[in-house]
Amino acid sequence: MTALHPFLQVENLARAYPSPTGGEDVTVFDHVNFRIHKGEFVCVTGHSGCGKSTILNILAGLDVATTGNVFMDGREVAGPSLDRGVIFQSHALMPWLTVLENVSFAVKSRWASWNKEKVRDHAMRYIELVGLKGAEHKKPSQLSGGMKQRVGIARAFSIEPKMLLMDEPFGALDALTRGVIQDELLKICAETQQTVFMITHDVDEAILLSDKIMLMSNGPHARIAEIVNNTLPRPRERSAIHKQPHYYPIRNHLVDFLVSRSKQFGALRGAPDAPSSPTVFDPAELIETTASAEPEAVPLPPAGKPHIHLVNA
Amino acid sequence: MKMKLSLSQKAGLLSLGLFAAILLVWQLATLPEARVVAADVDPEYAALMGGGSASSASSFPTPAAMAQTVWDKLSDPFYDNGPNDKGIGIQLAYSIARVLAGFFLAAAVAIPLGFAIGNSRVFYQALNPYVQLLKPISPLAWMPLALYTIKDASASAIFVIFICSLWPMLINTAHGVANVRRDWLDVSRTLEVNPLRLAFRVILPAAAPTILTGMRISMGIAWLVIVAAEMLVGGTGIGYFVWNEWNNLSITNVLFAIFMIGVVGMALDSLFGVLSKRVAYQE
Repeated sequence: MTALHPFLQVENLARAYPSPTGGEDVTVFDHVNFRIHKGEFVCVTGHSGCGKSTILNILAGLDVATTGNVFMDGREVAGPSLDRGVIFQSHALMPWLTVLENVSFAVKSRWASWNKEKVRDHAMRYIELVGLKGAEHKKPSQLSGGMKQRVGIARAFSIEPKMLLMDEPFGALDALTRGVIQDELLKICAETQQTVFMITHDVDEAILLSDKIMLMSNGPHARIAEIVNNTLPRPRERSAIHKQPHYYPIRNHLVDFLVSRSKQFGALRGAPDAPSSPTVFDPAELIETTASAEPEAVPLPPAGKPHIHLVNA
Repeated sequence: MKMKLSLSQKAGLLSLGLFAAILLVWQLATLPEARVVAADVDPEYAALMGGGSASSASSFPTPAAMAQTVWDKLSDPFYDNGPNDKGIGIQLAYSIARVLAGFFLAAAVAIPLGFAIGNSRVFYQALNPYVQLLKPISPLAWMPLALYTIKDASASAIFVIFICSLWPMLINTAHGVANVRRDWLDVSRTLEVNPLRLAFRVILPAAAPTILTGMRISMGIAWLVIVAAEMLVGGTGIGYFVWNEWNNLSITNVLFAIFMIGVVGMALDSLFGVLSKRVAYQE
């Protein structure tokens, strides 16, 4: 394998489910192709039902594709593996185990030959990393939603996977908690150079965390319609990020996609000239060329605008 | 001045009041009746009918006589004067031993089998008709078959306990195992947890509350059934004791046995209550 070879390669992935009415199978998504390089943080966003979670589950090995292949590190993904850590939206902690036991369970799964102290020390290191030192002997039911999700993060990082898969990890948290944990995640990912594939509905979360944002069109027959290169420089600070020149072009582009363009791709489905490879949006190019192209490419519905202002206020 | 009573104090007072009321009714009901002997009745006939004496002592004891019996029996529970006269402790010990033997044999079969049924839809569908057919059969209906094949009265009683304990544990185990949250299984799959570790570290603790509920129901049924089974097989045990005392027309002893069956049943149930608490988890 050469260094140029992508770390994760997804080829022509499709998933169909039997129709509930007994007719033709329903294809949720097809022609999904993308690559993720080592150390890259990739966010996926799109409307509900476009198959984001199914793609994540296929990458995790928990679900199987109808057609297509996934290769990681040159090997085909067939079934779940310790090489890919998963952070579930529902945190999926075992309620009969303490925080330490939950993380230790994962550590012991990864390194079965380790003795008790080694497992404990390793687990504690990751519990400290997510700021839960002192709560290690608590049961999940004694923790807040944010703390539970931190345990989930500690557990996923503790097995030192080659890749991390996150399915809307902060979707169930309040905005304040979400912000704090996002900052922690940013810090941990910078330290560990972790390769991440993350599903999110939160445009700001995607901009803060990712190197690349994949936008999915609406299902059925969803596909990756656009890929946005997140050119904001690192390290990123939540408080200063909106002052970056590329921030608003990226943000507007993402919101426009979700509000209007994601549907248009749906109309193209089945058409012979439907795009099978996504367009790449690079804000650097956009700013260099001209700003006058923007109003043309951005037919914002009136309802969308005040919402965006509210978010930015 | 008004006294503030806590909930449990109020309940305790009410319980005591109820106990006093029961004693009162009992006392009144067992008061010796003064019988007026009709003049035209032959005195010999009256004497035969039990009316000759000034008062007729009913076989049903007064609360005081009952209390005396309870005290006497409990102060010497383990005496053994041959087959028809053993202390209540010995009789209960026989019954408890049979129940525990049958119960744990059933658990040894039902829990692994329940695991298999809960884990596999094929197993579930294949075994379901048998379970549905066998479950409603009264455990005592098996008794003749057991006596014929096993040819041992005590072992037959254990078999009957085994059969009646089997179904609740089997069904609850299967149900608990089949309903382990998908998330926990998915986490385990991504951690490549081997099947044995998955069974003991994830599925068993996840299903433990449901399994224990099944065990508790089984134990309750087993304790109900042992009395009837021992009435049939005879020899030893609390069921035999009840029937023997009925044949002796000792209502006092029958009442005492009924009381002790209740006490032991309650103790067994609260034991499982404690165990349930220990395996319970809060999501």
